[in-house]
Amino acid sequence: MSFLPQPTLKVLERIKFGVLSPDEIRKMSRVQIITAETYDEDGMPIQGGVMDPRLGVIEPGRRCPVCGNTMHGCPGHFGHIELAKPVIHIGYVKQIYDLLRGTCWKCSRILLSEDQIRDYLSLMERLDRLFPNLKPRLIEHIRQKTAKVQECPHCGAKQKKIKLDKPTNFYEKDKGVRKLSPDEIRARLTHIPDDDVRLFGIDPKEARPEWFVLTVIPVPPAQVRPSIMLETGVRSEDDLTHKLVDIIRANNRLKESMDAAAPPIVIDDLWELLQYHVTTYINNEVPGIPPARHRTGRALKTLAQRLKGKEGRFRGNLSGKRVDFSARTVISPDPNISINEVGVPEEMAKLLTVPMRVTPWNIEEARKYVMNGPYKWPGANYIIRPDGRRTDLRFFKDRKALASSLTPGYIVERHLIDGDIVLFNRQPSLHRMSIMAHKVRVLPGKTFRLNLLVCPPYNADFDGDEMNLHVVQTEEARAEALELMLVQEHILSPRYGGPIIGGLQDYISGAYLLTTKSTLLTEEEVMDLLSVTDYKGELPEPAITKPVKMWTGKQLVSLFLPPNFNLRAKTSVNAGRLKCEDEDCFNDTYLVIKKGKLLTGVLDKKSIGAQQPESFYHWIVKEYGVDYARFLTDNMFRMFIRYIEKHGFTMSLDDVEIPPEAEERIREILREAEKDVAQLIEAYRKGELEPLPGMTPEETLETKIMERLSRARDQAGEVAAEYLDIFNNALIMARTGARGNILNLTQMSAALGQQSVRGERINRGYRGRPLPHFKPGDLMPAARGFVYSSFRTGLSPVELFFHAAGGREGLVDTAVRTSQSGYMQRRLINALMDIRVEYDGKATLPDGTVVQFSYGEDQVDPARSDHGKPVNVDRIIERVIGHEL
Amino acid sequence: MSPKKFDVREHKLVPKHERVPLPEATEILKELGLDPTQLPQIRASDPVVKAIGAKPGELVRIIRESETAGKTVVYRIVVVG
Ligand SMILES: [Mg+2]
Ligand SMILES: [Zn+2]
Ligand SMILES: [Zn+2]
Repeated sequence: MSFLPQPTLKVLERIKFGVLSPDEIRKMSRVQIITAETYDEDGMPIQGGVMDPRLGVIEPGRRCPVCGNTMHGCPGHFGHIELAKPVIHIGYVKQIYDLLRGTCWKCSRILLSEDQIRDYLSLMERLDRLFPNLKPRLIEHIRQKTAKVQECPHCGAKQKKIKLDKPTNFYEKDKGVRKLSPDEIRARLTHIPDDDVRLFGIDPKEARPEWFVLTVIPVPPAQVRPSIMLETGVRSEDDLTHKLVDIIRANNRLKESMDAAAPPIVIDDLWELLQYHVTTYINNEVPGIPPARHRTGRALKTLAQRLKGKEGRFRGNLSGKRVDFSARTVISPDPNISINEVGVPEEMAKLLTVPMRVTPWNIEEARKYVMNGPYKWPGANYIIRPDGRRTDLRFFKDRKALASSLTPGYIVERHLIDGDIVLFNRQPSLHRMSIMAHKVRVLPGKTFRLNLLVCPPYNADFDGDEMNLHVVQTEEARAEALELMLVQEHILSPRYGGPIIGGLQDYISGAYLLTTKSTLLTEEEVMDLLSVTDYKGELPEPAITKPVKMWTGKQLVSLFLPPNFNLRAKTSVNAGRLKCEDEDCFNDTYLVIKKGKLLTGVLDKKSIGAQQPESFYHWIVKEYGVDYARFLTDNMFRMFIRYIEKHGFTMSLDDVEIPPEAEERIREILREAEKDVAQLIEAYRKGELEPLPGMTPEETLETKIMERLSRARDQAGEVAAEYLDIFNNALIMARTGARGNILNLTQMSAALGQQSVRGERINRGYRGRPLPHFKPGDLMPAARGFVYSSFRTGLSPVELFFHAAGGREGLVDTAVRTSQSGYMQRRLINALMDIRVEYDGKATLPDGTVVQFSYGEDQVDPARSDHGKPVNVDRIIERVIGHEL
Repeated sequence: MSPKKFDVREHKLVPKHERVPLPEATEILKELGLDPTQLPQIRASDPVVKAIGAKPGELVRIIRESETAGKTVVYRIVVVG
């Protein structure tokens, strides 16, 4: 509880935007700016210039002539510029256009009859009360209706067509075309009665239409456009200041010409120049006019540019801002820390602090930190006395005395230590698992360390990825982060009722190698494997006792399983030659766990993989809780890595080499396909090819050729797979789902196959042929991007070109897709972020508007569902009786 | 002029819409704890609304097939437009 005065909280009911009237601008102005000069020879600001001191003080030590405050207290004051002739405000061109088209040129009334005006006004008033969101539609209706009227219902004048020549020129078309000057436009807008203005959706109290044409412009305070001193001592002015000077200069020249009664052409030219400067002062990215530039050629950042876009005021400073107690560096893997932990470099731990309130129970610890000081970890950087005074330990000599002066009630800002709760984040933050809470492990080195099993939720890898870390500062925030955001609480993903955290790559290969039938381990090996875990129990009876005691990998896995766990499931390796339909099968690819004992089958991607719903690991998390799931990742999974580490695992060129006879068979398959394609082309040339429904003969031919060639590649792949050793490491990775697939192996060992761009065989480039190496119109596979070579044999130059063309498309696609989906994501988040689930299950907006009458229509939390289903009856039966019905 | 008028309600993608009589509508709103402005809206010009003849201010019950819940009932209020 704080004894400081609490701010009064009030609910913001609404915000109303309006347009400043010339009178308001003059009233809030403290000084009329009349000269383009800024400073005199002595470097003093000139009175009546854009740096006039009455616009606010920003130099230290000076007092404001208006409010008497120093730079800390002076809020800044507006000035104003009286324009010699009015100019259009670029932000209201559309409204001016609508108003000119919808009103009479002669009497300035809206082009509706009195009856219509009355009806529309009362309808608008009712809509305002009942369905305010429908009002824009009525306004649009009126706008379209009035723009079509030919004759004024009030004075009978025939209407002339108004043309807008973007950005700011209006023309009236009658017999000839005549330019409307801002003067004239302003006069017309001035005469529109208030009620008529309302019908255009404009509230005349807040924004009279004639205010859309500027006669006076406000000059923002110096605080808004501070000048900066370069190292050379030269003063450099803000872009807005430059622009204001331009406006004043143009304005003064215009005024002089008018006073001297210059010819109208000269005046019009200067007037247009003034319009240009005022327009670019407001928005320097208006289409159709060249942006105003700095002497260096850089486009000026004017008012609209300060607000717009990613770096603008809204997205850059209000929706998101830079924060304290945060850190960023490269990430690297550490399989030996828990999934709940994050490794933090000691250097960082000395800069990131946690406020620690001194109590009788921690005072000794606090003293130790203070004594260590800011440069020795674990130390402290600041102490805050009960009266709120802060001491920076960097500049305090006698830390020993300071430590002994600590009493309960002091706050020590101590270094980050092991066990502190921090938030860890990797961009793009696309789902809630992109920010999770971790416990700190202070480690040597300069990178953040994270367990490999948390890579999937962050979508992280270690090719240079960087991540952010935030140190939470209050007990409430720590408790909340620990309970709701800790990594283990996010093992189950709401994205697809299943675990998002789970084994990947070497974890899967390791699990497979360990649990496979042929793995037998000596006592020494068993000890080594268990030493990386927290296993404290006895060793099980060895599977083989003579001549030496040997244990199976399955026995080791069983040590970590809950004693009442039952499961029967297919494995990833259960395919092709090693298919198993049931537990009694020598191929050992059908997973059976009874009463916590792994009996047959191996662990691979289908059982321990990340993002595998209804798997071994999913059932463990669901049925035994996240604590147990974390226990497995920190023990059993670590054992898998230890095993593959000892076993050794790699792949080499030999792994994708096939014997000459296999190569001959593949060549034969490809020759066969080539022959068939030639026949198809022949049939097409003769016009004998039967077109497929909805296709031209050409499309039919292409489809049939692609079909035939992809079949050939598949056949080639099958042949290659036949000759690859089952225990070939590359094949193990593909079969277990650790990395790669059979197609990758096929492309490495047999043939790359058809390359495509836009889903078609490659046909772009020259006329009738992709490259000049072919005859025009050649439709054979080789001339349309079919690659006969494999990655092992190497590609011919032409094949390499085709492969690059196909590869390029993929890169372009990803680049385009990420930008588009990022934009969609932002819009969706902005639209949906306020929706909440009420206690009665309704999904509503904060004002109670219903979005869904029942959350998800079934009120099921997808994270707790089984792949979307609220209950999985089959699994319940299996759990209870040990097998399916 | 036009050949037989097409009734949108017969299209397989259009869920069942029905008018809710006023006393029942009041009852439902009380049950849901909502006032009419908090309901989702449907325009009076919507072809289904025209087909069932509901007028602005009335409640329309929509019974939809739901991927998750099998069948689901939602309400919308008819608005002008
Ligand atoms: Mg990366
Ligand atoms: Zn001041
Ligand atoms: Zn008129």
